[in-house]
This record gives sequence, C-alpha cells and structure tokens, in this order.
Amino acid sequence: MTLAVGIDLVDVGDVRSALSEHGSRYLGRIYTPREVAESTTGSAVDPRRLAARFAAKEAVMKTLAPAPGDAVPWAQIGVHQPAAAAPWVQLTGAAQALARRRGIEELALSISSERERAAAVAVARGREPQ
Amino acid sequence: MSGATQDTVRQVLADQGRLATSAHELAPSDSLYDAGMTSHASVNVMLALEDAFDIEFPDRMLNRNVFETIDAISAALEELTGAEATA
Repeated sequence: MTLAVGIDLVDVGDVRSALSEHGSRYLGRIYTPREVAESTTGSAVDPRRLAARFAAKEAVMKTLAPAPGDAVPWAQIGVHQPAAAAPWVQLTGAAQALARRRGIEELALSISSERERAAAVAVARGREPQ
Repeated sequence: MSGATQDTVRQVLADQGRLATSAHELAPSDSLYDAGMTSHASVNVMLALEDAFDIEFPDRMLNRNVFETIDAISAALEELTGAEATA
C-alpha cells in the first residue's frame, strides 16, 4: 500500500495581490468555478478562503509527486469545502492521470487559516504504483 | 538568449518572486525555489510574465522545470514569443 503526505503554507497577501492585479484571469487559471463560488460571499471573493484552497491544492500536488517536467494545471486539483463540511478533493485531467499512475485511491485533507496565513495537509493512500 | 528577455524576467522576479536573494544577483541557472520562491509566488510570477510579454503559458508549460531558473523561464518565453512572431 502506498502512503504519501503533503503540506503547504500560503500568505493571504499573495492571493490578495494576485486578485487585485489580475482579477478574473487569476481566478480562471488557478481555481474551478465551484471553488470561486465557495469562496464568494455576496459579490466579494474572500482571499483567505482562496488561500486555503491554494494551500490544499499544493499539499495534494505534493502527494502526487509530479516529476519536474510533469504539467499539472492548478485548476485540475479541485478543493471543495461547503460550509460546515469537511474539505474534499476532485482531480481531473493530468492530476487524475498522475494519481492513477501513483496508485492513489483516497485523498484526505485538513485546512486551517487565520487572517494572513492559510495551511493545509493532504494524505494520499492507495495500492502500490504501477 | 535575449538580454532584454532576461532583464524583464529578473524585474518580474524582483517584483513578484518573494525571493530571499535579489533577482538581479542570481545566476541564470540558480534555482528560484532554492532562492525562496514559494508556490503561490510562482503563480504571481507567471501572471506578471504573461502581462509583460502579452502571452499565455500553455498547460504543457505549467511544470516545475519551466519556472526553475531564469534561463528556463527565458527559454520558454522566447519559444512562445518566437512562435507568435512567425504565425
């Protein structure tokens, strides 16, 4: 059985800067529409919630352990956390293909955030890689 | 490798890379990740480079290799801008 863990820490200020400078282009390149919707209250996108999701994406990415030349677009790792529910991951495209090659069958996430920092841990479990 | 391309890359890294070492002092083959570029900083760098060069990195270039060094970034940019110039 394979077991992998990943962790990441994100400065909310970096997300705030990206939103301010690049707006919808940043959101479209990095996040799924559902992630953006879950990070929005009224018409305002919350950079702290985006930062938490980005930290989780990177934590998951580390469990996938891509080779330096493997291209895995960030939006192909979807991190979802409906209100008052545990976060979960949806992989598509290259991320999903890489998880299959690594033998990953389950992914668990834990996310934490405060005003200016967000962190996430991901644990991947599955059979031995092919 | 165009000096102008590399100069612009260095300035973007200085502005967005959150490096522990000055981007203007790094060797072209030095690892940017070892110099302190975080995962989200690499996103900010990517978006700023796209603005500066009026290009979009295709999905196939969204990998660690492309953003590892100043040389690697410059080569990717010259591939993208050169391809557009001959289109």
